[in-house]
Amino acid sequence: MLKLESVDLNVSNGHEDFSILKGIDLELEDNKFYALTGPNGGGKTSLAKVIMGIYKNNKGKIFFDGLDITNLSITERAKAGISYAFQNPPRFKGMKIEELLKISADNNSLRARLRAVGLCPQDYLDRECDTSLSGGEMKRIELATVLSRPSKVVMYDEPEAGVDLWSFESLLQLIRNYHKKGNVISIVITHHERVLSLADEIILLADGKITERGPREKVLPLIQKESRCCWQANCGGNDDEIECY
Amino acid sequence: MMKLNAIENELLKNVADLHKIPSGAVNIRKNGEGVLRHSTANIEVRPKSDKPGIDVIVAPGTKNEAVHIPVMITMSGVIDVVYNTIIIGEGADVTVVAGCGIHNSGSEKSQHDGIHEIIVKKGARMRYIEKHYGEGEGSGTRVLNPQTLLIMEENSMAEMELVQIKGVDNTVRDTKAKLAEGASLIVTERLLTHGNQEAVSDMTIELNGKGANAQVISRSVAKDTSKQVFTPVVIARANSKGHVECDSIIMEQGKISSTPAITAEHPDAQLTHEAAIGRIAEEQLLKLMTLGLTEEEAEDVILRGFLQ
Repeated sequence: MLKLESVDLNVSNGHEDFSILKGIDLELEDNKFYALTGPNGGGKTSLAKVIMGIYKNNKGKIFFDGLDITNLSITERAKAGISYAFQNPPRFKGMKIEELLKISADNNSLRARLRAVGLCPQDYLDRECDTSLSGGEMKRIELATVLSRPSKVVMYDEPEAGVDLWSFESLLQLIRNYHKKGNVISIVITHHERVLSLADEIILLADGKITERGPREKVLPLIQKESRCCWQANCGGNDDEIECY
Repeated sequence: MMKLNAIENELLKNVADLHKIPSGAVNIRKNGEGVLRHSTANIEVRPKSDKPGIDVIVAPGTKNEAVHIPVMITMSGVIDVVYNTIIIGEGADVTVVAGCGIHNSGSEKSQHDGIHEIIVKKGARMRYIEKHYGEGEGSGTRVLNPQTLLIMEENSMAEMELVQIKGVDNTVRDTKAKLAEGASLIVTERLLTHGNQEAVSDMTIELNGKGANAQVISRSVAKDTSKQVFTPVVIARANSKGHVECDSIIMEQGKISSTPAITAEHPDAQLTHEAAIGRIAEEQLLKLMTLGLTEEEAEDVILRGFLQ
């Protein structure tokens, strides 16, 4: 179980402080598949980075399987079984994809890992992880590095971003298969309706606070309603109305 | 057959990837003297008569052969200046493995200045690998000052790999290349300095013939308080193409100055250059740490990739 208690995160731009996360209380249970969603700038990525240890929370505590991990480093949290797939994975000049994968995968499974994310090992193992790769290719490699690790918590930061619609379904299947192996908490940061509809629970984060949380049957309709113009209820008129009232 | 001791074995492994004495054409120079020389049917290795050094003559049409000409300095206080001439005959396709290793366990300076003239004849191809390496527990400095003049005839091709990863206190590298019509050159330079080391690399590449093409790719890392200065220059005197790329990482108090320059003296010349210096990107370190590496391990993996 992963538990956050009154977690605050503030960042400074040198002139003033911004409050990014405001008193987050959250308990995530083993074997559950969570979707974390909400408006841009609401704090989703920051929350994941706080859990991974990339950002240090200014207040509050984080517990993982009963252990207080608030003061553990990124490396220690990674070794304890926490993983994070970056939204914009960094590129590495000169480093071959094979070498990057080897950090988390054993030598014999490298090819299988690439095939699983839809990349031909023959074409890609020797290529450099530099700007010659597209955003979508980097996202696939990112997923391969993360899914090669034995994790108990995996956070995927907008896995759909940059990936073509045709192959996103198969990547999503990979994420689900990893989840089905059991003993893992999956958290997908997403705006994708398909992912939301698969989640056991949806957590809505806006303006640094959890504003809604619950099974998808309850939260999904709320999100759908929020993101639509309810002109018929509020203003009246037809589909082709030229003015708003 | 000459026997090598442990220090010599280590030096040869580091500068020439040699684990034993090679069977093909070879010249091994130790502490200012040639200690082993061997020619083959197609590659002649002979000492110069007027000054220290050798001539390596590759017969026209020679294919898939290599010549090893490593230099070792195992004594403190040796200043070795050597003049080598390498001629790759028309249509040949060979690999030249040069390089110098210094083991200095004394308190005096040990220095090797390799002055090379390389001529790649019409239509010939050459791969040239030069690695520099220093070791030894003594306080004596290890100094390497290579000078290379590369003459490339019509439609010849050359790939030069210049590497200095460890243990050389002071280096001034001077590389000049002159390319005739249709000649094509790729120079990759990889350099890592640490401690108080200083490295200077000057390079001038002249594109003198139509369709000549040169690429210079320099990657370097300056650690501790070391210093590096790069000045690669490409001059186009014909309808030709050139590209210079200098990419450097600084760590601790390392200092790097990088001034790639391009000069066009022909209206159809196409020249580009780019240079970047900075610390290791934070995101790269963070990503590798999320895979369970410590910060030091992550740095090491990033540098190894960058310099390979």
